[in-house]
Amino acid sequence: MNLSIKHLIGLEGVPREDLDIIFDTSFSFREVLERPVKKVPTLKGKTIVNLFFENSTRTKMSFDLAEKRLSADSISFAASSSSLSKGETFKDTIKNIHAMKIDAVVMRHPTPGSAKLLSQFVDAVIINAGDGTHEHPTQAILDMMSIKEKFGDFKGLKVSIIGDILHSRVALSNIYGLKTMGAELMVCGPPTFMPKGIEHLGVRVTHNIMEALEWSDVINVLRIQMERQGKSLIPSLKEYREVFGITREKLEKIHKNLTIMHPGPINRGVEIDSEIADSEHSIILHQVLNGVASRMAILYLLVGGLK
Amino acid sequence: MHIHEFNGKLLLKNGTILDPFNNQEYKSDILFEKGVIAEIGENLSEAGMDKVLDASKMYVSPGFVDIHVHFREPGNEIAETLESGAKAALAGGFTKVCTMPNTSPCVDNEAEVLAVYRKTAHLPTDVYPIAAITQGREGKVITEMAILKRAGAVGFSDDGTPLANGQILRNALEYSQITGNAIINHAEDPELRGNGIMNEGLASTQTGLPGNPSIAEETMINRDIEVARFTGGRLHVPHVSTAGSVDLIRRAKATGVHITAEVTPHHLSLTDEYMKTFDANGKVAPPLRTENDRKALIAGLKDGTIDAIATDHAPHVIDVKETTLDLASFGMIGLESAFGLIMTKLYHEEQMPLLDIIKKLTINPAKIMNLTLPEFKVGEKANVTVFSADEWWVFSRKNVESRSHNSPFFGTEMTGKAKLIVKDNFIVNC
Amino acid sequence: MQFKEKSKMADAKDLNRTLNRLAHEILEKNKGSENLAVIGIRTRGEFLAKRIADKIREIEKKDIPVGVLDVVMYRDDFRVKHKLPAVEVTDIPFDIDEKILILVDDVVYTGRTVRAALDALIDFGRASKIQLACLVDRGHREMPIKADYVGKNFPTADDEEIRVKVTEIDDEDAILLVQRIEE
Repeated sequence: MNLSIKHLIGLEGVPREDLDIIFDTSFSFREVLERPVKKVPTLKGKTIVNLFFENSTRTKMSFDLAEKRLSADSISFAASSSSLSKGETFKDTIKNIHAMKIDAVVMRHPTPGSAKLLSQFVDAVIINAGDGTHEHPTQAILDMMSIKEKFGDFKGLKVSIIGDILHSRVALSNIYGLKTMGAELMVCGPPTFMPKGIEHLGVRVTHNIMEALEWSDVINVLRIQMERQGKSLIPSLKEYREVFGITREKLEKIHKNLTIMHPGPINRGVEIDSEIADSEHSIILHQVLNGVASRMAILYLLVGGLK
Repeated sequence: MHIHEFNGKLLLKNGTILDPFNNQEYKSDILFEKGVIAEIGENLSEAGMDKVLDASKMYVSPGFVDIHVHFREPGNEIAETLESGAKAALAGGFTKVCTMPNTSPCVDNEAEVLAVYRKTAHLPTDVYPIAAITQGREGKVITEMAILKRAGAVGFSDDGTPLANGQILRNALEYSQITGNAIINHAEDPELRGNGIMNEGLASTQTGLPGNPSIAEETMINRDIEVARFTGGRLHVPHVSTAGSVDLIRRAKATGVHITAEVTPHHLSLTDEYMKTFDANGKVAPPLRTENDRKALIAGLKDGTIDAIATDHAPHVIDVKETTLDLASFGMIGLESAFGLIMTKLYHEEQMPLLDIIKKLTINPAKIMNLTLPEFKVGEKANVTVFSADEWWVFSRKNVESRSHNSPFFGTEMTGKAKLIVKDNFIVNC
Repeated sequence: MQFKEKSKMADAKDLNRTLNRLAHEILEKNKGSENLAVIGIRTRGEFLAKRIADKIREIEKKDIPVGVLDVVMYRDDFRVKHKLPAVEVTDIPFDIDEKILILVDDVVYTGRTVRAALDALIDFGRASKIQLACLVDRGHREMPIKADYVGKNFPTADDEEIRVKVTEIDDEDAILLVQRIEE
C-alpha cells in the first residue's frame, strides 16, 4: 500500500502502481464527503502548511478542506512572489516555516522547479500545488479520477487537451499521468500556444479544433488567461472563441457525445460556452468534488505513515 | 594551489613542448633564469640549478589565455575580486585573462582601466581589461575608445547587455577601426529572449521553464555580421551557442567578414537536458542548448569557424543561485574547471589534436585581443603551463580559488589537468 | 511474519450453526427485527454481517439494512505499523438515526478496531443502540470493550492468532488457530 514516491512534485515518472493506489484511495475518501459528518480523524496531530506564493482560490480551498476533513492542523501562508523578491529570500521563508516543525508543505509558486527546490531545503513531505508552468499533479490526479469514475478504464481512451498548452501546468501533468495510465492524448490550440517539442511526449498535435473534437472521447478545456496575452500570442478573445471555443455549433457537427472537462476557473464565452460547461456531458463539478477526495487520499498516503 | 616567487635557475626536464607559434611538438628541456627562458634543448645539465622538475609525462604549453571573464571588482567584491579571480585563473592553468567591463561602476573610463592594471600588477596573472562599448553600458553613446585603448583596454564590449540598437553597433564597428580592437557584442535579441531562462525546446517544455529560443541569438549575430561586413569593422562573437550561429559565422568568414568567435567549456559539455535538475547553476546566458548544437560547436571548433575557447567565468554568491530559477542570476564560474572539461570532451572524446586545442587556448584568443605571447625562445619571458593529458580527477570545491562556488560541475570526472605554471618570476602549483 | 496452521477450531457446519445462534440471540435480545440494521467491519465482518442479515430475514420474513464499514481512517495504530493500510470504501446506504446497529466483526482481540468502528459510526448519525457481535473472542483486550454476542470464546497465547475464513473470499468456511513461526 505504500507509494514509491515520498513527495508529489510532478507526475513525470510516477509509476502506474502509485497512481492506481491513489485512485483507489481517492474513491474511498469520496464516500467520507457524502456523510453527515464529513470528517475523519486520520491525520490528527499532523501539521500541514499551505504556502501560496500565487493567487489561487480553488486549489487552496480544496487543499484546506481536504486537510480539515482529515483532522490535520493546517495553516496557510499567502505571499506574493514579488514581495518575496524584494525582501526575504525564498530560502529564508522556507527555513523559517520549517523551523516550526511541520509534517508537510503544500506549495503553489509561480516558478517552475520551486517545489523541487523546496524539497531540497526541508525534510517535510512536499506536495506541489502548481509550480509555474511546470506541473500541477493534484489537478491531473483529480482530472484522471473523474475520467476513471465515468469510463472505468483509461486504456485506449482518447483525451484532448485544448487551449494554451504553452502556459499550462495542467496540460503537462495530465499528459504524463494519462500516458502512464494508457490513454491516448491530443493537444489542440493555436501554434503560438504550442510548446516546442511537445510531440516528443507522445501526444498528437493539431491546430484544427474539429479534428480534435472528432477524434476525442473526452476534452479537457483549459482556461485562456487574459493576463498572459501581453505577448500577443492571439489577436483577441473573440477570435479565439470563434476558432477554438467549445460551442454548441461545433459540437453539433460531430454527432457524438463528448465528455467535457475544465480545470477552472472558466472564462464562459471564451474557451467554452455556458450551455456546454453546464450540460449533462460536463463533469466539471465532479472534478471539484473529486479534487477534495483525491487530495485527502494523497495527504493520507504521503503523510499518514509518518511517525 | 600554491604561488611562490622564484628568482633562481629552474630546469624543466623532458617535457613535450606544444609550440603553437611554429606548429611544432617536441621533447625538450627548458631552463628558466630570473623569469626568462635562458636555454632550450635536450639533456641540459642539472649542475648549478636551484630547482629541477621532471616533466617527462607532461606537456608544456604557453600559459592559457581566457578572453572572457567576469571579476566583480569594483562593486561586488563578495562574489569575486580582481585578486581572487586572478588566482582562480592560475588554478585552472591560465596566465592571461581579459575582464569584462560590467562591474559597478563599469569600465567605461580611463581610471577604471588603469585600476585593473594597478590592482593586479603584483600577481603572476596578467589581467587585461575589456572596456565598455557605450558609456555606462547604456547602449546610447560610444566610449572614448582611443583614450581607453591608450590606457590599456584590449577590446570593447557591453557584455551581459546586447547592443539592441543597430546604429550604435554600426558606430562602434566603424569608430573602433582607429584603435584596431574588436567589438564584442553579446548577441541575444532582447525581445525574442524575453524572460527566457533556458533553451526553448523539448526540455523547456518538460520543465515548464520560459524558453529562450536559438533565433534570439542567431538573428542578432546575423545582423552583427551584416553590419561588420558593411562597415569593415572587427567583430568578435562571444559564447556562441547554437548550430545556426556556427553556420552564420562560417559563411561570414568565407565571405571575408572580419569576424572571430569563441565558445565556452560549458556549452561544449552540457546541454539543456541539465536544466531538468532545476539546478540554478545551469542558468547561463546564452542558455545551454541541445545536443545537436553542442555537436555543431565542436565541429565549428575543429574546422576553425570558432577561434577560441573562453570561460565566461561569472561568479555569483550562493544567495543569488540558491533561489527560485526566475530570480537566480545568470552565469557560472569556469576558470578552474575549464581545462579538465576541454581535455575530457575535445581530446579524449573527440580526439582533437592537442596542438589544435592549445591554439584555441593560447595564440588564437591572444590575437583577438591583440595580445603578444612570449614564445619558446631564449630571452622570452617565462609564460608556460605544464599539464597532464591523462590525469583523472574529480572536480570539487577544493579546486576552486574563486570566491564563488556557482558551478554545476562539482563531482564531474575529468581527464587532463593543469599542474604547473612558470610565469615571469613565479612558480605556481595549480 | 509467517504463520502455520495449528488446528481447525470450526468447520463450515460449525460456523453456520454459530451464525444461526447469533441471529437468534440478536432477535431475542431486541425483541424482533424492528429498527434493526447490521454493519460489518471490513474485511470478513462484511460477509458475516450479510449472512446474519440473511438468517434474520429467513426467521422474520423481513429485509433489514446491511452496511459495510472500513475503519482504517479511524485507526490509532497505522502510524506505528510499517505498512500503511489501504483505505477501502465504507458503504452504509441507510440513515442510522434511531436504528439498533449490530456491529459485526470476525475476531475481537485488543478492542481497538471496535473502538475505531464506534468513532466512525458516531460520524454517521445517532443510532439508538450499538451492539457488538463477533464470531470469535480471543481475549487480550486493551480497551474496555465487551461483545454483546459471542460466537466462540477461544483464549489464545501470544504467538497465536485466529483466522476466520469465508467462502466469499477464501477457499472455505472455517475458523483456524495459527501459530507464528520464528524466522
